[in-house]
Amino acid sequence: MRVTFELNGKPVAVDVEPRLHLADCLRDELRLTGTHLGCEHGVCGTCTVIVDGDAVRSCLMLAVQAEGSMVVTVEGLSSDEALTPLQTAFRKHHALQCGFCTPGMLTTAHALLTDEPDADADRIRSALSGNLCRCTGYIPIVEAVLEARAAYKKSDRS
Amino acid sequence: MKPSPFEYRAPATLREAVDLLASDPEATVIAGGQSLMPVLAFRLAAPSLLVDLRRVPGLGDIVIGGSGVRLGARVRWRDIEDDARLGVAHPLLREAVAHVAHYQIRNRGTVGGSLAHADPAAELPGIAVTCDAEITLVGAAGARTIAAGEFFTGALSTLREPDEIITELHLPSWSADRRWAFREFAQRQGDFALAGIALFYDEDRHGRVRDAHVGVIGACQRPHRLPEVETVLNGHPVGEGLIREAAAIAAQVVDPPDDLHAGAAYRRALVATLVERGLRAAAQAGGA
Repeated sequence: MRVTFELNGKPVAVDVEPRLHLADCLRDELRLTGTHLGCEHGVCGTCTVIVDGDAVRSCLMLAVQAEGSMVVTVEGLSSDEALTPLQTAFRKHHALQCGFCTPGMLTTAHALLTDEPDADADRIRSALSGNLCRCTGYIPIVEAVLEARAAYKKSDRS
Repeated sequence: MKPSPFEYRAPATLREAVDLLASDPEATVIAGGQSLMPVLAFRLAAPSLLVDLRRVPGLGDIVIGGSGVRLGARVRWRDIEDDARLGVAHPLLREAVAHVAHYQIRNRGTVGGSLAHADPAAELPGIAVTCDAEITLVGAAGARTIAAGEFFTGALSTLREPDEIITELHLPSWSADRRWAFREFAQRQGDFALAGIALFYDEDRHGRVRDAHVGVIGACQRPHRLPEVETVLNGHPVGEGLIREAAAIAAQVVDPPDDLHAGAAYRRALVATLVERGLRAAAQAGGA
């Protein structure tokens, strides 16, 4: 089936089997391997992408269901020039070690802070509770997201 | 972890969706897919056709009126969380939905999907049963409305026919001074509850319980009310003695599963504790 959607700001069209989930479509068809796949049944959260502004698990969504949507992956959150405030905060607080969960952490945090730039630590922990990390113990991740809030408040005003 | 092959259609009308379902006995409905996609990934189901409701108009509305709250089948958990009107129109619903799964799943999971999937630990079926809600379905033979108390027939089993699509959940109107609580226990945030309790009651002018509703999830094959507990509450003011009596009865009357997540005796004890905590919270704060 032909499916067309906007991916990181650019239109894409791809022929997929209906059973292909969005994560496999992004990785194998569109070659954006920043989105990771851990469990493939909606438990680990590392495949989180942003669809029409909402953080969703791309293993729990068919590629054909993305028709007409705006999809943002972890690649869409970075720029070639400099680290974004979220990336800077992750680096400063050592919010990643092996990095496997990081794409899901970044996309989830970005969607959350875009909607709720005033999210407190409890809210951040709650939103990240669907993302498993086996390295960090989560504390540095929460600290990084807390620090990144300032940048989202600014962009909110502009 | 890859689903078996299937065909996919996203019809533009409910009629078309029903016709597609009726034309193929192996067809299945998908909306948010947050329960169905794992089922497909594990190949626990291998439908020949998925009928996606994403283009069907009119299923995404939350309508609040004199007769209560009407939730369209495609209303997401996120929509319920974001609708501030529900804080007054149905605080119990909102509190229960806050316990559904994780942030990302709440952005796609739907009312209709949860009702159709009928997991015994799912929050919304428990709220529907506890609140005497009605579920509307549309099929090839037309529309029908079923009381939630009858709709759920067992674990992952309902009265929905294969060619029927759930279109709406109707929760009867909520009175402002009602006392209520929702409590569940899960091993990790977002996990399915090992046991959960939804309860509400009104009070007469002497502070005695009137029209108690107490429902259980998780520690059961299907969500159901606990009439024995309701009977012991009705007509009495809620005090520590009554709370303990109600909790003890709740533990006796539930029939929890004994599985690798928790033993039956443990789930019974959880039910008693949750009833106790729920009643205490309802009596003290009028809810939460």
